[in-house]
Formats: sequence, C-alpha cells, structure tokens
Amino acid sequence: MPFKRKDLLGLRELDVHEIEHILELAVSLKEINARPIKKVPTLRGKTVIHLFYEPSTRTRTSFDIAAKRLSADTYSITTAASSMVKGETLLDTVKNLEAMKPDVFVLRHTVSGTPHRIARHTTASVINAGDGMHEHPSQALLDMMTMLEHKKKLDGLTVAILGDIAHSRVARSNIWGLRKMGAKVILCGPITLIPPEAHTMGVEVSHKLGEIIPEADVIMVLRLQKERQQQMLLPSLREYSIYYGLTAEKLKKARRNVLIMHPGPLNRGVEISPDVADGPHSVILDQVTNGVAVRMALLYLLGQK
Amino acid sequence: MKKGKADPCNYLFRRARVIDPARDLDAVADVLVVDGILTDIKPNIDLPSDRLAHFAVIDASEKWIVPGLIDMHVHLREPGEEYKETIATGTMAAVAGGYTAVACMPNTKPVNDCAAVTEYILERAREQGHCRVLPVGAVSSGLEGRSLAEFGELKGSGAVAVTDDGRPVANSMLMRRALEYAKNFDLPVISHAEDPALSEGGLMNEGPTSTLLGLHGIPKAAEEVMVARDLALAELTGARLHIAHVSTAGAVRMIGEAKSRGVPVTAETAPHYFTLTDDRLMTFDTLYKVNPPIRGPADVEAIKRGLADGTIDAVATDHAPHSSIEKDTEFEYAANGIIGLESALPLILELVREKTLTPSQAVAKVSCNPARILGLPLGTLLLNQRACMTYLDPEFYFVLDCTTFRSKSRNCPFHGQPTRGRALMTFFNGKVAFSRLSK
Ligand SMILES: [Zn+2]
Repeated sequence: MPFKRKDLLGLRELDVHEIEHILELAVSLKEINARPIKKVPTLRGKTVIHLFYEPSTRTRTSFDIAAKRLSADTYSITTAASSMVKGETLLDTVKNLEAMKPDVFVLRHTVSGTPHRIARHTTASVINAGDGMHEHPSQALLDMMTMLEHKKKLDGLTVAILGDIAHSRVARSNIWGLRKMGAKVILCGPITLIPPEAHTMGVEVSHKLGEIIPEADVIMVLRLQKERQQQMLLPSLREYSIYYGLTAEKLKKARRNVLIMHPGPLNRGVEISPDVADGPHSVILDQVTNGVAVRMALLYLLGQK
Repeated sequence: MKKGKADPCNYLFRRARVIDPARDLDAVADVLVVDGILTDIKPNIDLPSDRLAHFAVIDASEKWIVPGLIDMHVHLREPGEEYKETIATGTMAAVAGGYTAVACMPNTKPVNDCAAVTEYILERAREQGHCRVLPVGAVSSGLEGRSLAEFGELKGSGAVAVTDDGRPVANSMLMRRALEYAKNFDLPVISHAEDPALSEGGLMNEGPTSTLLGLHGIPKAAEEVMVARDLALAELTGARLHIAHVSTAGAVRMIGEAKSRGVPVTAETAPHYFTLTDDRLMTFDTLYKVNPPIRGPADVEAIKRGLADGTIDAVATDHAPHSSIEKDTEFEYAANGIIGLESALPLILELVREKTLTPSQAVAKVSCNPARILGLPLGTLLLNQRACMTYLDPEFYFVLDCTTFRSKSRNCPFHGQPTRGRALMTFFNGKVAFSRLSK
C-alpha cells in the first residue's frame, strides 16, 4: 500500500498498514547502515531542513545522518522557541524558508501542535520530530522496530511505560502505535505524573511498579525531568528513585526475556540504575541504531514526492 | 417598503411578536415609532392614510420585536489596543448583533480604575459610539490585586460595576473588602472565578482531549474553587456578587445552591459555553482558545439546565477581540478570546429552537436580567421614550461569515457555520442604529 500522506505529524492518525509499511521499509534500509559505503542516491537533489525550536542533539543528528545517507542536502536551523525571534513570527519564518523550495521540514518545537500549524502553511512535507507533550512519532517507530527485532511481533505484547507519562510525547506516540499494532500498554508512575483520564487512550494504569514488572514483556523507562520537583509533582528525586526507579533488584521478578528500553538521555540512578541500563536486557543502543533506519524510511516516503 | 422623506424615523411594524419579559409580554401586536419615539404597542394600530404615507410600514409577521439587547460582558480594547477594536467598531458590531448596550471590562491600557478613564470611555462613546456603553471599573488599582480602586469615584463618573476581569482577585481578603466596599456604593462585584495556581500553564480544559493533545489542562476545579470562595464571601458580606462566564457543571450547581439559600449572587455564561465542547481543539485551532476554556459535554448540558432553571441569569458574549498577531501563532503563545457580538443572537435562539428556553426566557437573558444585575432601568420596551429595541427574524437562515463583521477582529470560531436568526433593525435612542432592510 503506497504512503499517500504529505506529512508525518503523529501516530494517532496513521493506520496499521501505514505503520507496518514504514517498519518494513526501515528494516530493509537498515542494511545500508552496515555497508562500508553508507550512502544511496535516493534523495539526491532533495532539500531537507531541520528546524529545531528546542535543542536536541540526538534526534537532530539521527535525522541528519538518515537524510545524508539518502543523499539529500540538509540544513539545520536551531533556535529558541518563541513566537517572535527578532520580531519574526513562526509563520514568517516558514514562509521565508518555503520560498527557498525545501522538500522536507523536520520540525521540533516546544509547543504541542506546531507541526500541524506549519504543515498547513507549506507545500513541503513536514515530519514531526517532537512537539511539546504531544507526539514524537519517529521515536515510537524506532521503539516498535526494536521490539519487533527482539520479539518478532507486537501483537499480544505487554509493554509497560514507566515514569513521567503526563509530559511525555514519546509515551503518547508509543501508546497510539502499540495499541494499533495489538500490544497491551500499561502506564506506571505516581498519579501526579499520569495524565488525567489516561484510560481514555485505551491503556491500563498502575501506580505500583512491583505489580507490573512480572507482567511486562517490555519495560520502557522514561526520562524524569528534574524540574518536576519544583512543579510540586514530586517530593524528591530520592523518593522517586525508591518507588519508580528501575533497579536490578526490582527486575528479579521480571520475565526472563524482558526488554528494557529508554529514549535517552538517561538520568542514571534516578529512573534507571546503571546496571540495568547496561545490563543484558537493555536494548537502549539498538534503539539509537534503529532510529537512523526509521528516519531514513520516513524521509524516503515523504521526500520523494 | 416606503419611507417618508421628511420623517426619518417613523415606523409602523405590523403583526410583530412583541416579547418584553420585564412586563411579562409575549403577544402579536403592531408597534408604532413616531419621530423616534416608541409611541404605541397594540393590536391593529390604525393611521389615516395621509399620515401613513409618512411611515415606513413593515410587515413584521413571524418576526420579533424585543427590547434592545444588553451584553453585560465585552472587551472594547479602547483605550490602548485600538488595533483590535475601538469603541466605534465595537459598538457598531453590537448594534449589528442586535445589542443597544454593552458593559465594557476595565482591562484596557490604561486600566479603567479611575474617573479619568471612565470619563474618557463615556466621552468616546458619546462621540463615536453606536449604542450605550456601560463602563465597568476595576476592583484593584491597575488590576494588580493589591489595593482597592476608588469605587465611589468610579461610580460617580459612570461605572456600573467593578471587576478585575481577565484575572481573578487572588487575595481572599481583598475580595472580601471589595465586596464590602462595593456594597457601600451599591455596585455589583463581577468575579472572574479562576484559581491562578490551579490554572497555571493551562491552555485548555483538562480532560481526555488535553491528555491526547499534550496540552496543559485547566481543571474545572480552578473555576469551582473560586466560585466556592466568592459565594462564601458574598454570604459573609451580604454584597452583590456576579459570577462571569460560568463554564462548569460544578459552578452551576454551587451557584444554584447558594441562590436557594438566599445568597445575593447572579451569574452569566457565554454562547461558546453552551455551544462548543473541548474536542473542537483536536486540530489545535487557536480560535477555540478561551479563558475559562471550552469544557466537556456534561458541562454544556449543565449550563443549559442552569439557563433554563434560572440559576444562570444572563448570557453575555465576553466579546474578546484579538488580531491575527495574537491568534495566528503557536497554541501556547496564542491569546485567549472569542468575539461574540455578531454571532451571539443566533446561538441564543438555537436554545429556543431546541426548547431549552422559551422565547421570553431567551430574551430575558439578554435584556431585563442584565439590566437588573447592573441596576439600570434598561432592557424593557418603554412607551413614550426614544425607541431602544431590536427587530429580528428568529428563523432567518444565513452562514456566519466573520469577514463581513463590523468588529475589527476576526477571532470567531463559528465562521462558516450555517445558522438561523439575526437582527434586522436595531433602534437606539430613537434612531435606526443598524438596518439590514433595503431602503
Ligand atoms: Zn474573565
């Protein structure tokens, strides 16, 4: 089934076939990354602009490598998020860049919904590289690709997402993607970090890590932002790590083949202990590797038009 | 239709449905306006044919004549933000929407917290306004929430109420003193009920949609906590409290309970709170960004019940004009607000069509009730006075088109919506302030 969309804004709007198509393509493109000469001419002559209104070296580098391996020309604009940068509004910026005829915008923004706004004002394709607390579709796709590599299927898997769900775009994209692919999703964290009425997204919610560890095929640990303490969401990082930090001790009750994932960057010793992050169940570096393949697939599908 | 050349304001409306809830009147009658004076309302007004030649005679069957509508909550943006709206354009929008009086909130630049600003507004309204402007003064100097504004002087120069609208009076002691001191001058205190700590960072209603969109939510409790506080303070002080833009079921319930206990409280809501639910934000459209936020279906139902049973006395628009600079931007940075003066009437009439309100109840929400709350002798059809009334067609079908609005701003989420009912003529102070009838 061909991929007909102009933009990739989130996983909520994709159907199962589109997700399968992207993941299959990513698997086939991954092989390029293992070659001595890691470059194919697919997007030669195409222009990809990375527009990052929030710093993210990891995601930007991953997209940039993906674009270059497909031979696209890439440009990076990194700037602080604000409706006015030097008096210029976001739409002014987009219209100016649009006049330079790019093919794809890879956009990261601190405000939810901004890629949707930009997509309406440009004929170029827009790939959401993370918007506010809303979605981070390429991250969820690389997470799903990693699960597939190790578990062979997503249908029937139980995936626990642990930590600050309320502020996590990674969690939201994973929820939509995993639910569509037939996985069961359990959210786990203190009530202050679970979004209101989370069950309406078709997930289970638990506040006791000990109870969900034995059930999970995959435990996805989210990064805890230290400012949550100032926002009165937590009494202390110490208490958080006691109740919700993933340690080898707590993992003793886990399934034998459990996968431990983390979108990075890690706060070692807060949400995940070093021995777990580097332990036998961890696939954290596989996620990073698969990130390039997934982003190649997205650029391939959207950049060719 | 004929119009006498020598007599600019002579009208005979034939067989209109005249609805004046202040006098418990809802009957078919003829309405006679002579030289701008509302002279007679009765069945079958006969004029000799030589006199009739000087009158515009209008077949008003199936149409309504009601008191000039009153909107007790608008933002006219003058002084200070004239690029969004002025007293001239805001009052033009008002008469086009059927309104003949608008109460303007004090969050202008400078803030209306003293006689000079109130007098400025009234002077501009006299010079350039198309309808009556009722200035509302600030509760606190500069809306800073620290010290009381001079209510006596504000009232003396023409203010009809006090509020810090746009923001709550966060300090409970200041709110207590405001209520006590306003009672001194018989001014109602209008509460913008919002607990700022609970709503901090919030962009929309907290619930499934905010969760799904990853937008910080504002819980209903942010409104209800403050409604509860202000009801307790109204009970303590015996002062007149008016709750602005009620948006939640819990607020309706608490106001209803307080009223039944005899607490001197009144309340208003706005059309978007009984028309829209927060799933409209699914496209991140900033036109739906408003404070308090658009809530869920259960709240919409509760607001309608509150209007029907009288818990909510009035429908105001909270007309809040913003230019594209404030609205066409990232969701978080976009200003709160919806314009309402030119879209409210059809949305209110929809409540009549769906039988939530009787025609008389609907008219009362935008005429005698706001007049009573503000303590003004308006909102009723007074014989032998200069005509102040609205001639409207409750079934007139049209598509709301904000590009044709008189307001300077276009932040109307109802744009493009097919709707029914609109003002055909608005009489203010004995003159036709607005007409959609061809000459
Ligand atoms: Zn307000």
